[in-house]
Amino acid sequence: MTEQEIYSGLRGKFGEKVLEFMEEGTLNPTAVIKADSVAEICLFLKNNESLQFDSLMNLAAHDPDGESELSVIYHLYSTNLNHYFTLKTHVSRENGVVESVANIYRTADWHEREAYDLFGIKFNDHPDLKRILLEEDWEGHPLKKDYVTAEFYRGMRIEKVK
Amino acid sequence: MGRLHAEEMILNMGPQHPSTHGVLRLKLTTDGEIVSKIEPVIGYLHRSFEKHAENLEYQMVTPFTGRCDYLAAMGSEHGYAMAVEKMLGIELPERVEYLRVIFAELQRIASHLVAVGTFGLDVGAITPFIYCFRERELILDLFEMASGGRLLYNYIWIGGLAHDIPPGFVEKAYEFLDAFDKRVDEYNQILTGNKIFVERAADIGVMTPEVAINYGVTGPSLRASGVNIDIRRTQPYSIYDRFDFDVPLGEGLQGTVGDSWDRYYVRVLEMRESAKIVRQALEQLPVEGDVQAAVPRRIKPPVGEIYFRSENPRGELGYYIVSDGKNIPARVKMRSPAFSNLSVINEIGQGWMISDVIAILGSLDIVLGEIDR
Repeated sequence: MTEQEIYSGLRGKFGEKVLEFMEEGTLNPTAVIKADSVAEICLFLKNNESLQFDSLMNLAAHDPDGESELSVIYHLYSTNLNHYFTLKTHVSRENGVVESVANIYRTADWHEREAYDLFGIKFNDHPDLKRILLEEDWEGHPLKKDYVTAEFYRGMRIEKVK
Repeated sequence: MGRLHAEEMILNMGPQHPSTHGVLRLKLTTDGEIVSKIEPVIGYLHRSFEKHAENLEYQMVTPFTGRCDYLAAMGSEHGYAMAVEKMLGIELPERVEYLRVIFAELQRIASHLVAVGTFGLDVGAITPFIYCFRERELILDLFEMASGGRLLYNYIWIGGLAHDIPPGFVEKAYEFLDAFDKRVDEYNQILTGNKIFVERAADIGVMTPEVAINYGVTGPSLRASGVNIDIRRTQPYSIYDRFDFDVPLGEGLQGTVGDSWDRYYVRVLEMRESAKIVRQALEQLPVEGDVQAAVPRRIKPPVGEIYFRSENPRGELGYYIVSDGKNIPARVKMRSPAFSNLSVINEIGQGWMISDVIAILGSLDIVLGEIDR
């Protein structure tokens, strides 16, 4: 099934929750969806007989410029049917909340923790949302473009890059 | 007489523990000798690869990728180079493609040799480890001939290679391949069928296909569960569609499909397949061709994004790269295979003894450098 057909199917099923289809500017055609409906759309994609997206290959977050909304990108794959699909959702910079898919794809558990750790995106219903790569008492979320490195961490001076 | 008092105990394995293959802490909840919960604590090797990548030009990111999975630096460089080339729409000279496949497959053998050897080491077999490192040394010699480096290469560049191979390389590679097949027989003799080893690995930590796919386990650990997914086959990249090779799957020869022994044995079989690919690539290698012909002077991919995946020795290595039209990537996310492969350990390690957890961890073949990035 092509990405365009999958998108049309989603649009028919979920209506307004599916915002647009992105083909320009990406090598993986993407459906942009609302942040509060990620979980139900993923559940549908996973359980639908003709789609069978049983594998979440990757979950990435991205901060475009330090001002506009953050995005979370889901790269899905069907191990049975060998086809691909990409979902994208936008969340606000401060206190952005996305529905967690950790109970649908266990892969998402650690990937969402990473997105929380490095971007500060919160995932609703995540089983154990805490930092994963950085220490619990680290301040800020370093991959946000407006991140300012603290001067000290536990009394140690942090070297400035450039 | 009072009642016996039993309670759960939290046991820290690592961060400095020889079986953790790096700096990993496993927080084990134990009931006597039985492990009831495993919570991996990672991040000790976090070197902010992704943050660095946002401040470096595209070609300057290449050496960083090798430092993530330091046991398969060629594979990491190859994946990154292919992702950026796809964004730029570069066509590569045939010779470059063949040389890249040769290096990527030799790297797979070298990486699996470490995996197989250290797995033996984890469960008490010291000799096979020395045998494995003997052959790995020969591969590192080949890498050194070509790139000058033995562990980190910066050899596969965006659009080509750093240099062409030196004279005598092909002969030496054939020499290695001729000897290697017999060496694999040796590993089988001293480790694969070894009764003590089988007792330690067979039926331990069985991973069902459903669990593996759900947790995003990829590579040999996934194929050991009988799932026939190898990106070189399902979504061929580079020139992998030209070679004749098998994808070994776990069959449960010593116990159950998807046990630790299967994860070990799939790697042994894969080494033979990789050697087959290297041999074919050497035979078909075009004599002519400038390996730097397609290297772009300025790398500025058009605005857009890509998720590109390739089959690294440990599994699916994905790069999610976003370009905003500058010569510096706006975002580089590395989807490292060992990251997801490690996350499954709580699921498959529960209910086993502490010593079995070490065997299960060894069979997953993790590299902390790419988990923490």
